Amino acid sequence: MNKKKFEVRIAPDECKGCERCVIACPRNVLKLGTALNKLGFPYAVRTGQECIGCGGCFLTCPEPGAITVVQIESE
Amino acid sequence: MEKEKILYGRSNGFFPSFERRPGPIKTNMHYCPGCGHGILHKLIAEAIDDFGIKDKTIIIAPVGCAVFSYYYFDCFGISAPHGRAPAVATGLARANPENLVISYQGDGDLASIGFNHILQAANRGENLAVFFVNNAIYGMTGGQMAPTTLPGQKTQTSPLGRSVTSEGYPLKVSETVAALDAPVYVERCALSTVQNIRKARHAIRKALTNSIERKGFSLVELLSGCPVNLKMNARDMNEFLDNQMSRYFPLGVYKDTADSRDPISRPTGIYEPQAVRELLYPVRVADGVSESFRNPSRIFQSERRIKLCGSGGQGVLSLGYMLATMGKLRNFNVSWLPSYGPEMRGGTANCSVVLSRDSIGSPLVSKECNLLIALNGPSLEKYLPTLKRNGILLYDESNGSCPDEVLDRVIYTLPASDLAKQLGDLKYANSVLLGAVAVMMCDLFLDEEDKADFDRVFEEAIMDCFHEKEHVVKNNIKAFYIGKANARRIRN
Ligand code: SF4
Ligand code: SF4
Ligand code: SF4
Repeated sequence: MNKKKFEVRIAPDECKGCERCVIACPRNVLKLGTALNKLGFPYAVRTGQECIGCGGCFLTCPEPGAITVVQIESE
Repeated sequence: MEKEKILYGRSNGFFPSFERRPGPIKTNMHYCPGCGHGILHKLIAEAIDDFGIKDKTIIIAPVGCAVFSYYYFDCFGISAPHGRAPAVATGLARANPENLVISYQGDGDLASIGFNHILQAANRGENLAVFFVNNAIYGMTGGQMAPTTLPGQKTQTSPLGRSVTSEGYPLKVSETVAALDAPVYVERCALSTVQNIRKARHAIRKALTNSIERKGFSLVELLSGCPVNLKMNARDMNEFLDNQMSRYFPLGVYKDTADSRDPISRPTGIYEPQAVRELLYPVRVADGVSESFRNPSRIFQSERRIKLCGSGGQGVLSLGYMLATMGKLRNFNVSWLPSYGPEMRGGTANCSVVLSRDSIGSPLVSKECNLLIALNGPSLEKYLPTLKRNGILLYDESNGSCPDEVLDRVIYTLPASDLAKQLGDLKYANSVLLGAVAVMMCDLFLDEEDKADFDRVFEEAIMDCFHEKEHVVKNNIKAFYIGKANARRIRN
């Protein structure tokens, strides 16, 4: 049987730490980390909650490549 | 086994790497953290990629924070002077109807300095998609009051809050544009919550679809965050957009008539130089002289300043224009400066013409003129002091012969108005006078071989000025030769 799961991935150096994704996510999948990226911003990291692949974080993020949401299908 | 599929990721509507952006950072955009421009850029990039229109889309960058948008979008980009994006967009859209033109503008650009431009473009129903970023502030310059700043909102230039009694009310752009007949689609959205961003995404795609279908003018206003200048975090920013801004600028569709409109078709322009020439000059212009033509005569070594005067309606301005045209056709730098204003209403009319081999400083001839052409007594009296001591006077003696006090000058004269009347219309007087100019030049300045060329150049100038009608050209050329035959010099 096919099993689908979703995963959000953050590219640390493309994030500016604005927190828009954090407040947009309906499942609290994201939070702002404490480490700084090479631009000097804290960046979003995953909390461990399960992502539902809604894409809200991607839509609200102002950065072109900071967020990628993938669907992983396993057989 | 696991299979991965990207649901949401970096759009191919952006360049893979922002090579146009100076400095080492080639993956991020230059906007501040949380800025609405980035959200909108992503929606546009996604749409132009999805619709397969990257190769024909032109995005016009405004003056404002988005001035560098051409760093990012993988399509054509051009920057326009402040507020002029709709004018540039109009030119692009009309000249290249196969292209899709996006005018991307902020509130300072669109609603302040360029407000008339956007209204006129909207009113003409240009085939454009306008994305209007309304963040209630001047972002790039550091947070000054914008036309869309809310009542009471504090900015650098409204430290006590915008007062509607002194600064007026925020401009409601969507409402204003929707009130016009031509636009097909106007919607206001907010780049705030995910739900609202999805609506904005839909609106942007709809506006672009209208453009693709050539339905005309679409405008999407986007309430957008400028968290840096408003000193707000993401949560407060969304709250500001959804509660405070949307209260003044209600979200929603203000107009949508795209379905009932036929695609616009406009006459296509003509861009073939030869075809343009034939349209403009139905009478064949003599082939003219080579580009490098330089008349070696002495008269043309230095700048020649000509003053023409008469009463309004005598054709003073067009005579000046013909002289300037003549110079232009022989590779001079020329200027033609008509005088406008109350003096033109029934009083004396005048214009200044300068011919020069060098660049022209002032186009106004108010002293030291080389040639004064006076069509009546009062204007002669007024402008005689501007004539150089050894300058030449050309006088229309139809209304009386030359006054005695000027008889010490070099004078050419003829009854130009009378001759024109005999030809059937007073308006030929200026071509008659042109004939007198030719006589004067032949007498005083031109060498043999130049003389024939100068007849031709006068004929060409007449054709150039009266190109629209063949018989008008013919009559004016006839008038020119009659002037040539009748002009005489009355003093040595
Ligand atoms: S895709 Fe949806 S659930 Fe997953 S992290 Fe983004 S906002 Fe949260
Ligand atoms: S919205 Fe984008 S830029 Fe902002 S914190 Fe999240 S990932 Fe970073
Ligand atoms: S100043 Fe405001 S509008 Fe400009 S980039 Fe920064 S947040 Fe965006």
